Amino acid sequence: MSTSYREIVNNGLWTNNQALVALLGLCPLLATSNTAINGLGLGLATTLVLVLSNTTVSLIRNLVRPEVRLPVFVLIIASFVTAVELSMNAWFHDLYKILGIFIPLIVTNCAIIGRAEAFASKNTVPKAALDGLMMGIGFAAVLFTLGATRELIGQGTLFSGAHLMFGEIARSWTVEIENYKGVLLAILPPGAFLGLGSLIAVKNWIDKSRKERVRKDIAVPGEEEAARAT
Amino acid sequence: MSRNILVSALILGVFGFIGATLVAVTEFGTHERILENERQALLRQLYEIVPKEQVDNDILAHPLTVSARDALGQETSVIYVGEKGNQLSAMVFEATVPDGYSGPIRLLVGVDRNGVLLGTRVIAHKETPGLGDKIEKEKSDWILGFTGKSLTDPKLDRWKVKKDGGDFDQFTGATVTPRAVVNGVKRVLLYFDQQKDALYKEYLDKAKTNP
Repeated sequence: MSTSYREIVNNGLWTNNQALVALLGLCPLLATSNTAINGLGLGLATTLVLVLSNTTVSLIRNLVRPEVRLPVFVLIIASFVTAVELSMNAWFHDLYKILGIFIPLIVTNCAIIGRAEAFASKNTVPKAALDGLMMGIGFAAVLFTLGATRELIGQGTLFSGAHLMFGEIARSWTVEIENYKGVLLAILPPGAFLGLGSLIAVKNWIDKSRKERVRKDIAVPGEEEAARAT
Repeated sequence: MSRNILVSALILGVFGFIGATLVAVTEFGTHERILENERQALLRQLYEIVPKEQVDNDILAHPLTVSARDALGQETSVIYVGEKGNQLSAMVFEATVPDGYSGPIRLLVGVDRNGVLLGTRVIAHKETPGLGDKIEKEKSDWILGFTGKSLTDPKLDRWKVKKDGGDFDQFTGATVTPRAVVNGVKRVLLYFDQQKDALYKEYLDKAKTNP
């Protein structure tokens, strides 16, 4: 019944990716994925909250009665999000100002309470922490990819604003395509939907072609035997 | 039964307390730093408009709060006063232009003592990316074109975009946004022209009462 570590990693990064499969947390995902750095910033903040909340929920899973478990989870998540928000305001002030309302809104990201309820409250601390980390990285990776794609198509740059996160050295990391006007649509909200839709399509396509390959691998020895028999 | 409810309530209470403690501790640890960050961010914005060598007072020390909805577009606006050698050298106005293409545009407008624009910056807007957002300094040099202008240069009736028969460029595909900003800056200049003495006096009183 209990999930192996390998499965936890697989689930978080791919099979049960919160953004591509569970489709949770779409509001911040779509709103902050206009540049790679914005996406990465919110993704990392969400990951941090996921790890902290999963670990804590798992720690107290035998203490809390079922009838009050949801309010307790909400309390834990809200406290961690507020702490992360204050810390970002203190140490990444400019990035904090760009992400704005979406940092406190991490509270409402259903992925977090979803993992607390579905996984952390039933598993040991190391597993719950790993699950939080992997789910978070999976979510952040989608945010980052979507942000990078939209930024590249929309304004022809990559990693613009990197200095907001990594300090002044990162100012030169920005890649710019010369003489590229940009496709406005990609930056506007519809671009977020189109981009996410394409990412989901790509994931499903990869899954499908993988499955077919596996089926062929199984089918081939069978055919050989059948050929020998005749 | 009632014992059960009590225990549940107790558990909730304990977690509420722990959560509040965590937040309180973080807030205590970051409070100073956040205030300092905000101060620095504001100073950076102000010094981008007002050249540092034109001010020798602490420009953030005695901000004025005024209510001038018609001129500055906000219920209350903050005005920062810069002095050099105990004389008025610059005023920076917070102003909002209500009639942007997609909502209000917030501006900082810096004026020297003679009513000449030291600079203007857009600090918040919702204009269309790629079209109206050229009012940002990061996107184009348009906003820098205000520097050095005043109510006499160009003349008051030339404070319009070129399309309306004025002196200021509009952008291809976006006239509403620059028109709104030009109007907003003009209103600030007119307000400064009428109120500068009263404002400076208020500042001096304020500085005297709590140095």
